[in-house]
Amino acid sequence: MFRSRAIPCLLLKGDGLVKTVWFKDPKYVGDPINAVKLFNDLEVDELMLLDIKATPEGREPDFAKLRDIVSEAFMPVSYGGGVRSVDHARRLCQVGIEKVVVTTAAVDDPGLLSALARELGSQSVVVGMDVKHDWLRRPRVFKHCGLKNTGLDPVEHARNAERLGAGELLVNSIDRDGTQGGYDLELIEQVTRAVNIPVIACGGAGSVADLAKATQAGASAAAAGSLFVFRGPHRAVLINYPSPAELQAAFQPVAGRR
Amino acid sequence: MNRIVIVDYGAGNVGSIQNMGRKAGGDLVISGDPDQIARADKLILPGVGAFDVGMGNLRSRGLEAPLNAAVIDRGVPILGICLGAQLLTRRSEEGTSAGLGWIAADTLRFRFAPQDGRPARTVPHMGWNFIEPTRPDRLLENLPPEPRYYFVHTYHLACDDDRDVLTWTEYGIRFASSVQRANIWGMQFHPEKSHKFGFALLNNFIHRA
Repeated sequence: MFRSRAIPCLLLKGDGLVKTVWFKDPKYVGDPINAVKLFNDLEVDELMLLDIKATPEGREPDFAKLRDIVSEAFMPVSYGGGVRSVDHARRLCQVGIEKVVVTTAAVDDPGLLSALARELGSQSVVVGMDVKHDWLRRPRVFKHCGLKNTGLDPVEHARNAERLGAGELLVNSIDRDGTQGGYDLELIEQVTRAVNIPVIACGGAGSVADLAKATQAGASAAAAGSLFVFRGPHRAVLINYPSPAELQAAFQPVAGRR
Repeated sequence: MNRIVIVDYGAGNVGSIQNMGRKAGGDLVISGDPDQIARADKLILPGVGAFDVGMGNLRSRGLEAPLNAAVIDRGVPILGICLGAQLLTRRSEEGTSAGLGWIAADTLRFRFAPQDGRPARTVPHMGWNFIEPTRPDRLLENLPPEPRYYFVHTYHLACDDDRDVLTWTEYGIRFASSVQRANIWGMQFHPEKSHKFGFALLNNFIHRA
């Protein structure tokens, strides 16, 4: 029976894999090729790779490095970071990445979404939304890896992204990133009510129960960083992932939806 | 001998199919060369993206005739994956182009009525799901227990004749998740992205088809 997905979300910085808190203080957690190999052995549902320096440094995706990382990734892989053109997306597909995550460019160049959907099909186009509450406690969409407030409301941005061709949304809470205190369920609820496309919740997962809560709030998939790369109160690095039985039990179908 | 050509027509993650096929010990080449396709011992037709773009690319690259020569005239085994499976049908609701028409089927859109103000199911159908075989088949031999496969699609195959359906899958409706007729197989899911479960299928196609 169909069930929701649990997605390790891995952050690339330079040659290493890092994990942030509130999008800051990247801590080195290991070698990406090795980590992806371990996640492959654990038969994860899907994998997400985000290069957190590509856009701030004005770089394009590092295609050669990505080719090495995903050559033995026998699961779906999405990639985000510096994707600004159809050509970038096409080259990522050739490398073996089937979904592209567009975050900053989705704000700066909305026409790109339609072009990507035409070329790759909307199922390969994921719009990333990094969301932080401003000083008036309003949720706002940020770009440039959380550095710049676009002033956009996440629900409006989600609707526009769907209309323009996004096949999936990644809703990442900057406020919850790395805290392991649970997802921003209100945000997930609001966004999933506004769109018909699948939504990936990200930011704050501290347990398998949190993953389930995200899907109960309407998310089709629950992504996590810290949960799958750390163990214990001292955040010792340990690549881990729930067993199929654990996930099946956690993701009990909710009220006929997904 | 036993040269498997992954048809490169600019629509698909050819790299990941080759990666897994090589792990299965297959001799796989990625090629968009009409001669190489016409002479192949086996063919894999991948595909991600829109139906009309895919058919348009096949035609503009002059690949329809060599595919017909190999698959229809010589009876070479072919495996269509995702969009590649949809292209085996006559047409798709996604576009206006004629498909290859080798399987008596159309490609239809998932449509789900709203329930409590939300659609009953999100579209695309994206994630892992099970398959229910309709009969034994060379490609379905020795699958690991509880096989599950990765799906990502907005359109699905609808066969005229249930006898062409190799596996069913449930997602709001029951749809043909794979089809088979003679030397032609089509799979809506992605074996190349389905861990050991997909590996078993690709391995069967490489060594048993």
